[in-house]
Amino acid sequence: MAYPYEHRRGTRVLSKYFGDWDAVRIDGWIARGGYKTLKKALKMSQDDIIQVVKDSGLRGRGGAGFPAGLKWSFMPKDGGGTNYLACNADESEPGTFKDREIMRWTPHQLIEGIIITSYAIRAQHAYIYIRGEFVDVVRALNGAVVEAYERGYLGKNILGSGYDLELTVHLGAGAYIAGEETGLLNSLEGRRAEPRLKPPFPAQRGAFGMPTTVNNVETLASVPHIVENGADWYRQWGTEKSPGTKLFSCCGHLKRPGNYEVALDFNLKELVFDLCGGPPDGREMLAIIPGGSSVPIMTVDEIDCDVSYEGIEAAGSFLGSGGLIAMDNSTCMVHAVRKMVDFYAHESCGQCTNCREGTAWLARILRRIERGQGREEDIPLLLDIGANMAGKTICPLSDSAAVPVVSSIQKFEHEYMAHIRDGSCTAVR
Amino acid sequence: MSDAMHPAIVSAQPSQRADSDPDAPLFEGEYKDRFEKMLTRYPEKRAALLPTLNLAQEVRGWLAPEAMARVAELLDLTPAYVRSVASFYTMFATRPTGKYLIQVCAGIGCDLCGAEDVTERLLELTKTRLGETSEDGKYTVVEVECLGGCGFATIVQVNDQVYENVKAEDVEGLLKELD
Ligand SMILES: Cc1cc2nc3c(=O)[nH]c(=O)nc-3n(C[C@H](O)[C@H](O)[C@H](O)COP(=O)(O)O)c2cc1C
Ligand code: SF4
Ligand code: FES
Repeated sequence: MAYPYEHRRGTRVLSKYFGDWDAVRIDGWIARGGYKTLKKALKMSQDDIIQVVKDSGLRGRGGAGFPAGLKWSFMPKDGGGTNYLACNADESEPGTFKDREIMRWTPHQLIEGIIITSYAIRAQHAYIYIRGEFVDVVRALNGAVVEAYERGYLGKNILGSGYDLELTVHLGAGAYIAGEETGLLNSLEGRRAEPRLKPPFPAQRGAFGMPTTVNNVETLASVPHIVENGADWYRQWGTEKSPGTKLFSCCGHLKRPGNYEVALDFNLKELVFDLCGGPPDGREMLAIIPGGSSVPIMTVDEIDCDVSYEGIEAAGSFLGSGGLIAMDNSTCMVHAVRKMVDFYAHESCGQCTNCREGTAWLARILRRIERGQGREEDIPLLLDIGANMAGKTICPLSDSAAVPVVSSIQKFEHEYMAHIRDGSCTAVR
Repeated sequence: MSDAMHPAIVSAQPSQRADSDPDAPLFEGEYKDRFEKMLTRYPEKRAALLPTLNLAQEVRGWLAPEAMARVAELLDLTPAYVRSVASFYTMFATRPTGKYLIQVCAGIGCDLCGAEDVTERLLELTKTRLGETSEDGKYTVVEVECLGGCGFATIVQVNDQVYENVKAEDVEGLLKELD
């Protein structure tokens, strides 16, 4: 079966074997060139691997876009204690479903990336922290881990190199905040997934008090391609500041929702209207959220930009996780924002007052506006609460919760006013 | 050898609905082996807490106070600590659920594509209210946050089975398939 989201204008590096059942198991993966790069990497020095990843400009795909090679270079090299790699497979940012696709179609692509990265940062144990809801993905991943052990790609003295690595798939149990890297570390240690104050950063004091690198699934899956083909090859795509390709999970009101991989200088409008086919027939596109529910909402007029980190930022939003949410004119904006805020209110870990109370208040006020019981003062009140939630807390969840509220009021205030003044909704049904 | 028995594999299936004898020891036979293996994968005992709770839920179907107390004992933790961690995570069931735990995604992606209609239809056909178990003990319908499949909306998960692209009109067939 051809992968349904294949498009002639996409660039398939990570997603090349999505839809190919034979690529899931290790023999099929090796037949497609898998684990060749691992053999090459184990003959390279750790510093050379870090350098090529630095030169490639690969940026973290979990949302923050931090340069991967630079992050690795913070790990201590002396080898005194244990270093850890934690692969962040918690994927719970609403609108994001790309890591799931990498893991279910190409689990060995991820495992190869994890082994190479672990070797480069001198880690002795790697954990894949995967959200517990991903039952089918866990089965695929566990099967792949067993295969990798059986072939000698994991365990003691990997491929005769003298390098030892253990890999453990660790299931979460339902908590969005476990996706925040220090929340993840607490959760891995058997605690509530409450984010920690930084510094110390994970590279200084991470899992079990030891130096730890946390990277997203897509970041790690990109590593074998870069080590195999070099930094210049990777830089044939994208821009100076955003090299390479990226998966966009596209959902909402689209003719062809799904995961599309494009070069990072691809045009956002074309992604929405050409690859995803635009809104269903008879509807008009209203708004786009390009990078998961934590980034500002864009009006459809604002999306003629490239999808690079800096391109989307200049257009007023962020690339984030690449979870694109499309809303057409049948959307009630107040309802959609309320849904997103409900999520943050539910997922706030409660450590910071501004976040715990702010999210609850936003949700309550939005609910009454949605029901037609809002007041005009509610708009400045929402903005005021939002302002008090930004930049004042242990982790950025609090900021994220205010983003859809503030950006939607800036761009769609008339929709709020229709609810407040007339008890009506501008959505076209 | 099943994957679960491989020395490196520690993950349990907390979404499975087992109903073992509540008076039997928590982990016996294969489960005891799996629990002991969990301890070898972490430098500290406490780190095995989530996997152990997942395993306990795989065995019992939910986490009764006695099961959590037993987990505490096994990991040298206090029962209060175990409860405080377990209650933080939504997947740990601290109440028994129906034979079929039906989770409907209420995230923004599915919501835009009609998730509320799916939930409504499910409640209508199972004759339950949200979060409650039907009188015959068969169904518990709950709304959950984004399940990571937003492009294939609506996502419905029944125990450990994931259904994609569910529309309100598919619900009747889906329920029939369960029986
Ligand atoms: C509230 C919150 C939730 C997050 N959830 C995820 C997640 O599910 N997956 C992920 O990879 N990163 C997530 N992140 C980002 C991580 O903290 C971290 O930056 C990332 O895993 C680092 O990997 P990268 O550099 O490869 O992107 C989240 C951050 C915050 C603040
Ligand atoms: S900002 Fe919110 S989620 Fe983050 S640590 Fe504070 S209370 Fe927890
Ligand atoms: S919103 Fe339903 S799976 Fe993401």
